[in-house]
Amino acid sequence: MNLPPIIAALRKHKAGVVLIALQIALTLAIVCNAIFIIYSRVENVQRPTGMDESNLLLVEQQWVGAPSGDDAASIQKQDSMLREDLAALRAMPGVSSVTPINTIPLLNSTWGGAVALKPGTDLRGGDARTVFYYGDDQVLATLGVHLVAGRNFNAGDVTNKAFRDNSEPDVVIITKALADKLFPKGDALGKGIYLNGDTKPSTIIGEVERLQVSSNSSWVSAFTWNSTIGPVRLNSNFARYAIRTKPGQLDTVRRGVSNLLYRVNPMRVIDDEDGVRSFADIRAEAYRADVGMAVLMGVVCLILLAVTAAGIVGLTSFWVGQRHRQIGVRRALGARKIDILHYFQLENLLIAGVGAVIGIGLAIGLNLLLIQNFEMDRMPVVYVLSGLVVVMVLGQAAVFVPARRASNVPPVVATRSA
Amino acid sequence: MLGYYVDLAVRSLKRSPGLTALMILAIAFGVAASMTSYSVFRAVSGDPIPWKSAHLYVPQIDMWGQKGHRDGSSNNDPPDAMDYLDAIALMRDHRAKYQSAMYAISPSIVPPDASKHPINVGGHAVYSEFFPMTDAPFKYGSGWSSAEDTQRAAVVVLNGEINQKLFGGGNSVGKTVNIDGKDYRVVGVLDNWSPKPVFFDVVNTGGFTTGHEDVFIPFLRAIDIGMPNNGNTNCSEIPKSSGFVGLQQSTCVWISFMVELDDKAAAAAYREYLDGYARDQKQAGRFSWAPNNRLRDLHEWLDSEHVVPSDTQISLVVALGLLVVCLVNTAGLLLAKFLRRSSEIGVRRALGAPRMAIYTQFLIEAAIVGLTGGVLGLLLTWIGIHSVSWVLPKEIASLARLDIGLLLLTLLVAVVATMLAGLYPTFRASRVQPALQLKSN
Repeated sequence: MNLPPIIAALRKHKAGVVLIALQIALTLAIVCNAIFIIYSRVENVQRPTGMDESNLLLVEQQWVGAPSGDDAASIQKQDSMLREDLAALRAMPGVSSVTPINTIPLLNSTWGGAVALKPGTDLRGGDARTVFYYGDDQVLATLGVHLVAGRNFNAGDVTNKAFRDNSEPDVVIITKALADKLFPKGDALGKGIYLNGDTKPSTIIGEVERLQVSSNSSWVSAFTWNSTIGPVRLNSNFARYAIRTKPGQLDTVRRGVSNLLYRVNPMRVIDDEDGVRSFADIRAEAYRADVGMAVLMGVVCLILLAVTAAGIVGLTSFWVGQRHRQIGVRRALGARKIDILHYFQLENLLIAGVGAVIGIGLAIGLNLLLIQNFEMDRMPVVYVLSGLVVVMVLGQAAVFVPARRASNVPPVVATRSA
Repeated sequence: MLGYYVDLAVRSLKRSPGLTALMILAIAFGVAASMTSYSVFRAVSGDPIPWKSAHLYVPQIDMWGQKGHRDGSSNNDPPDAMDYLDAIALMRDHRAKYQSAMYAISPSIVPPDASKHPINVGGHAVYSEFFPMTDAPFKYGSGWSSAEDTQRAAVVVLNGEINQKLFGGGNSVGKTVNIDGKDYRVVGVLDNWSPKPVFFDVVNTGGFTTGHEDVFIPFLRAIDIGMPNNGNTNCSEIPKSSGFVGLQQSTCVWISFMVELDDKAAAAAYREYLDGYARDQKQAGRFSWAPNNRLRDLHEWLDSEHVVPSDTQISLVVALGLLVVCLVNTAGLLLAKFLRRSSEIGVRRALGAPRMAIYTQFLIEAAIVGLTGGVLGLLLTWIGIHSVSWVLPKEIASLARLDIGLLLLTLLVAVVATMLAGLYPTFRASRVQPALQLKSN
């Protein structure tokens, strides 16, 4: 099969060819960008936080009429209420451990700050940015993070301070990612670091394998794994508790926990909907937009491919009908069925090829547009190439049905008048 | 004549049902995808207070200088919220028609019915001028007076929903509400006021939240009793002293600020005032840099805060791309369909039909495809808008609606787009040479 007759035939219906090629080009451009969006969102969503995410609950509550001041008496009162709650939660059947906590990964309530190797550094000028978690000596066990070096907090490390108190803890446990960033030689243990421009060092007593920061917005993307954990009970008129339940007890504990806390002290607010949430709920909420975007792009891709395939089938069918007689003549002159089939397949390959070349340009252009306006990442070449394969295969699959019909045109057609 | 063309078009479309169905489906899906994403885009990019947005401004003062940009933020924009000192100074100078500093609060309310658990509410601590400035609609009563601002009066304005919960929706003006253990007198009840985006405090809400604006209490009162800030606090340095008082003396920003200015001249004057204020601060030794202020009107402000989520914009771009593909597809199919009828066109032309008649006939055929596609697209748009709640964040999905305007727009887009797609095929059809067609038959 040689190309010249195909090209000569294509010249006869330029407009149709141009429209199909254009459609394939646009489809390619949109599909590979959409697949790229889907892939990057799914990749985001699948990142593990570093915690054991099953059997984990978060309780958020606020005391009513509790002192909200920063004076010692208020703090004392707040801390005793907090400890009363902790004792009650720890005694609850089905609970394996509990910690007070300021925030947890993906909650999107963030306590950000800076870490420096020198004292008194500017808040925005430190050596690394970090997110702070504050809990007591059960924090690692409750979150289910793995200590890979050093020691865990013990009861003697735990202090309490007011929510708006600027003092920093004496000892901290940091993530391996943060330790490696601050101390590339791997000798972080026992070293002092300065938190939030403090003049007094906090000693690194342990490293955990991995712990995601508490936000999944784009502004934390540069320090997603830089978490710092301090052994501090934060005192305020509100408190959050992370609860690790025994396996299989999550739902039981979840149902009972509000009533238990109301029994300890009825003067408090626990939201009916969001007061007690499993970590699975928190994760779903945090990534809702990402999952949604992936689904949306998936739907668009499917519609797009279906429409383009249908368009190719429609237009090729029309051409087959138009060339009914010519096909008959070719068959009468000795062309085999397979030759006719190949003719239409090659024709489609040619049109789709031209469309795809234009499409690659459009795909890159669309990607640049998205980068410029919406802070999207540069699309790796592999997406363009896979998009290319998808549209070429789609073209061949779509052309097969009308091409088969063409190959079945009997030679006798040549003898009939049109 | 029109009826005849419609009849011809319907016959022609019926002759090749597969091709017709294909075109209608393509148009329907293309239009539905675009209209669904447009409905979301329209909802989040809408003007929450169109009659006044040109007169509302958000002042920004640079109280951080170079320190604020050391974390790598490249633009030289001042912080998007205000610290306590500067907010109070701007309130005291009172240079705008209306102005209010505000911060997000999240107190608890103890219901009068002792058998019920206390409830947590959302809201803002604001100045009295907040209400006339935002045109917040009162159902009962009104805002408080400026005297009550300075007296730090224990007064509260309730929103409709919380008034429903606490007082069964009745006129509760003069009644008492227990907020964080203290009694507040209700002075006004709003009529379920919930502007989207929450334009007066974009910094803390991002524009769209599932949270409620239940209560408004006087700003200075909230400060006095140390009611915690429920929004963001951003610092360029750690406050010198701890606690709420330490926060008030620091340059940490946590207060939103809005002013109303009647015209451009007033805005220019206010800008001048801000720069003068910054120069005074420099002279006093607080700032060591040249004035770096902004005074954005509401539109510019919502824009600079990126209130419209980029996902919404990307979806719209992609959906419009899908529509274009569907139209190119339809153009190709219409071309095939029209040219297949070359002989029919030849006969009509030979019998004296002018080109214009051919144009009309085929454009009507395209329009019928478009209209049918539009009606089906409308159905799909309806399904689309109802299923966005599965994929979009709650606070945004709930805003997308199918109203009369969108309904008409959907049909219009479908018909106009299909007719545009039909232009070239129609042009080709009208160029058919009658002699050639008659001969070949």
